[in-house]
Amino acid sequence: MAAEQQKSFYWELFKSTFLISAFTVGGGYVIIPLLKAKFVDQYHWLEDKEALDMVSLAQTAPGVVAVNASIIMGLRMAGWAGMLTALFATVLPPLVTISLIAYCYDFAVGNTYVHYCLEGMQCGATAIIIDVAYNLLRKEAKKKLFLPLAIIAGTFAANYILDLNIMYIILFNALLGCFFMQGTRYN
Amino acid sequence: MLNLLIDLYISFFLVGLVCVGGGYASVPLIQKQVIDLHGWLTVQEFMDIFAISQMTPGPIGINAATFVGTKLAGVAGAVAATLGFVTPSVLIMSVLAYIFAKYGDVGPVRGILNGLRPAVVALIGGAALVFTAMVVFGDVGIRGLPERINFCNAAVVLIAYVIVKKKILGVIHTLLVSGLLGLLFNSLAAFFRG
Repeated sequence: MAAEQQKSFYWELFKSTFLISAFTVGGGYVIIPLLKAKFVDQYHWLEDKEALDMVSLAQTAPGVVAVNASIIMGLRMAGWAGMLTALFATVLPPLVTISLIAYCYDFAVGNTYVHYCLEGMQCGATAIIIDVAYNLLRKEAKKKLFLPLAIIAGTFAANYILDLNIMYIILFNALLGCFFMQGTRYN
Repeated sequence: MLNLLIDLYISFFLVGLVCVGGGYASVPLIQKQVIDLHGWLTVQEFMDIFAISQMTPGPIGINAATFVGTKLAGVAGAVAATLGFVTPSVLIMSVLAYIFAKYGDVGPVRGILNGLRPAVVALIGGAALVFTAMVVFGDVGIRGLPERINFCNAAVVLIAYVIVKKKILGVIHTLLVSGLLGLLFNSLAAFFRG
């Protein structure tokens, strides 16, 4: 990459990660589909599968999954400098907001119009998550493989219906994959 | 002062290290560290942070670190606690990224990732359902029966979905436009309700 290009890449990475982190409420699986929509679908900095592999790794490690995901995606896209840029951009909005909240929390949350705006943004985030989820599910369904589809259905049921601890679900899927899904057709 | 900052850094390093599972799974772990072990927050304060986290950017772990740090040692404390909290993530993710780059293409590591990828798809799909239920039906969770429909929010979701699907705007502009639409629709609805 030329120096100019590199500079604009880091600025773009910082700006988009910072804004996504600042505009999304709740962390975790709200922020991850948005990062995926930005890095994969809009900028093509990562491939679909690569991004999902990164999120899988982020999910297995301790810490906050949104932070883990931005660390490892940044690392994958542009090494240490990319990692620090993405990490800083993810952490800065909550750091600033919570520090300021003592002064203006009542205004920010009590104000009806601010509340309407926040609610609208949540709706926008929901639409993006629906789009990302739909595309990923369609892609998996097209492969017509039994095990991945069974994992999708099983994970969904275990997490949202049976309320099992996510770590057990992850462990189970990792073992399943380790023993039965090393073949290239599952890549 | 320096001692306090180092103490905050180390303590939140440990919180970050034991905070497994992400999201709400980590809430009891954070609670144990900051309330039971260190007595940095009261139960009431922790509940407040939990509520604030529902309305502000950022994961609850970062929010708790920042809040405790600010309370004990101002801005420097907030920075020390947050840095401590994310340090284990940086270390562990770097190792995982190295392993992925070296062994990620074949064998057991590839198999594990192939097993985990559909799980991530399921979690994103679940998040889509949970959030749709929350903004449209005002109901957290996907099992509860809807009591009312928020037509303003449903309209914003639909318009935003078309914008995203047709690739009219990027991610961030979609969020901004959605914020403005939310403001417009909800204000109009409130006006006509009187």
